[in-house]
Amino acid sequence: MIPRIYIPGDSGALALGAEKVAKAIAAELAERGIEAKIVRNGSRGAYFLEPMVEVATANGRIAYGPVKPSDVKSLFDSGFLTGGHHKRWLGAPDKIPFLAKQTRLTFARCGVTDPLSLESYKKHGGLNGLTNALALTPAAIVAQVTESGLRGRGGAGFPTGIKWKTVLDTAGDRKYIVCNADEGDSGTFADRMIMEGDPFVLIEGMTIAGIAAGATKGFVYVRSEYPHAVAVMNKAVEVARKAGVLGASVLGSPYAFDMEIRVGAGAYVCGEETALLDSLEGKRGMVRAKPPLPAHKGLFGKPTVINNVISLASVPIIMDKGAAYYKDFGMGRSRGTIPIQIAGNVKYAGLFEAAFGMTLGEIVDEIGGGTATGRPVKAVQVGGPLGAYFPRALFDTPFDYEAFAAKDGLIGHAGIVVFDDTADMLKQARFAMEFCAIESCGKCTPCRIGSTRGVETIDRIVAGIEPEKNLALVTDLCNTMKFGSLCALGGFTPYPVMSSITHFPDDFKPAPVRVAAE
Amino acid sequence: MTMQPASTEITSRTVAIIQEMKGLEGPLLPILHGIQEEFGHVPKDALPVIAEALNISRAEVHGVVSFYHDYRSHPAGRHVLKLCQAESCQSMGSDAIAAKLKQLLGIGFHETTRDGSVTLEPVYCLGLCACSPAAMLDGEVIGRLDDEKLDEIVAEVRS
Repeated sequence: MIPRIYIPGDSGALALGAEKVAKAIAAELAERGIEAKIVRNGSRGAYFLEPMVEVATANGRIAYGPVKPSDVKSLFDSGFLTGGHHKRWLGAPDKIPFLAKQTRLTFARCGVTDPLSLESYKKHGGLNGLTNALALTPAAIVAQVTESGLRGRGGAGFPTGIKWKTVLDTAGDRKYIVCNADEGDSGTFADRMIMEGDPFVLIEGMTIAGIAAGATKGFVYVRSEYPHAVAVMNKAVEVARKAGVLGASVLGSPYAFDMEIRVGAGAYVCGEETALLDSLEGKRGMVRAKPPLPAHKGLFGKPTVINNVISLASVPIIMDKGAAYYKDFGMGRSRGTIPIQIAGNVKYAGLFEAAFGMTLGEIVDEIGGGTATGRPVKAVQVGGPLGAYFPRALFDTPFDYEAFAAKDGLIGHAGIVVFDDTADMLKQARFAMEFCAIESCGKCTPCRIGSTRGVETIDRIVAGIEPEKNLALVTDLCNTMKFGSLCALGGFTPYPVMSSITHFPDDFKPAPVRVAAE
Repeated sequence: MTMQPASTEITSRTVAIIQEMKGLEGPLLPILHGIQEEFGHVPKDALPVIAEALNISRAEVHGVVSFYHDYRSHPAGRHVLKLCQAESCQSMGSDAIAAKLKQLLGIGFHETTRDGSVTLEPVYCLGLCACSPAAMLDGEVIGRLDDEKLDEIVAEVRS
């Protein structure tokens, strides 16, 4: 048997030098005259161990990491092709604690398979969901997705099945499935990992959505900051077309479904679903007023399902194992699993898929291992730039849509960014306003003007000009933005601002007092 | 000084790109991406050609081009360095990284060095939040930026 070596081609691994490692391994193989197959897999998500190289041995896969190009010679000398011991030896990857503690449903194959091999995909349970779906009526597929309790993983948490049902029940000569892959929230990378590491699961999920809702065409709108994901998705769509997964007859059925990958152009607001639709149509990414809902009048005015990557990528497992299986995980009204992305100033950064219900403290301290700098954790921003900053006092909050809402926060796309005690929360609040000003589409006044006035008012607090009065003004402004904005950009910018003011009041005290307090 | 192609040449190359993309549903963004890839920016002279082909006004085309951060009205430097300035990278000291890089290159954000070697831009998230602070140099991703990596980047863009 020719040895197989897995070296991730995932952007995160590449950013840590995986390409250099791959070249060094290829060169070493050539020099030693060893024949081996190098597979560029996705990442398993334990980024503190990337680049993590794996070899397939008679006793299963053995991982090594983080591997540097300078380690390669000694790896060969240690017999790593048969799992030999080395200072970078990690053992079986699924026994690594960070990975062993996870419940991988959506990410079951990510980092395991060859992302562009449909054979590899099928061998690991791929296409079972689509095959099952083809034996059902569209209404039965929608019922199963509804029954699973799956809610929008983009952040809004709207029940996916209900969305699909609305499109199924709406008459239209043409309907669309649109995948929102405009993953702009800082601290999130789950969509990117799936697109780079297991693109077929997204294609399968979108195809099932197409059959269920009566749509024949799909679009994936990927942000331009993800060139690697765009390249992998384009190749995967080609492979799926050639294999008859996409096309005039999906897996030989009477259903037709095909899709295109489209690239954004650097506008954060296009992650908002109606702005995304306008952008796909070739317009400025301006937010639309609702109603009409995209499910009634979406892309080009046609009934459209618009779902996040992770929502769609979670559908195949639901159709494969059943709604009850998926629903069994989780808590309250948050069913199934959620890929939590642990990022920022944290020791063990990476993707951690688990059932809903872990507390924020468990995620940050136990899984994340505290800060990378070794200093105390001061704040954790959950849910991207529009998410609230949580202090340690709220670390008992369970990861659940409703529990976070009850604490004036949101789980959003499930990214969490950890800050140590050097963070200045006034600065973070100012940035939230500044970011909103940069990225506002400009359609509604509270967002367009409010964010700019917010920056100016916070600057006056910094300058010590009537700080109490200006703090009250910021609070009032946040109220206006929250209730007066057309979409979540202006409407949720108050979350990071108000949570900073509420939980970290000392950082907003006038400068002389702040100096004296230190 | 980068030579600007003559207007007639811009027109003919733009027409070729439009022909290739025109059949797509909602072709404007793919066309603009194609033009920026061809010229390194979206030349002003290309706008009326697109407007005519898609039967929309020049103002509409201009509105779209100016809305999106990605489209450039002028050519960038030979290298484009995008430095992430979003929260995850902030938590790992991206402010200090930006300050140091600006000093090393002698330019600020949205500026190009006088020798045309590099354009520096802020970016709000590259999805590399598990290895912050992060950057992208000519489409290649770089994580866990530190002084050593900054020196390597500066050496590369100057070579």
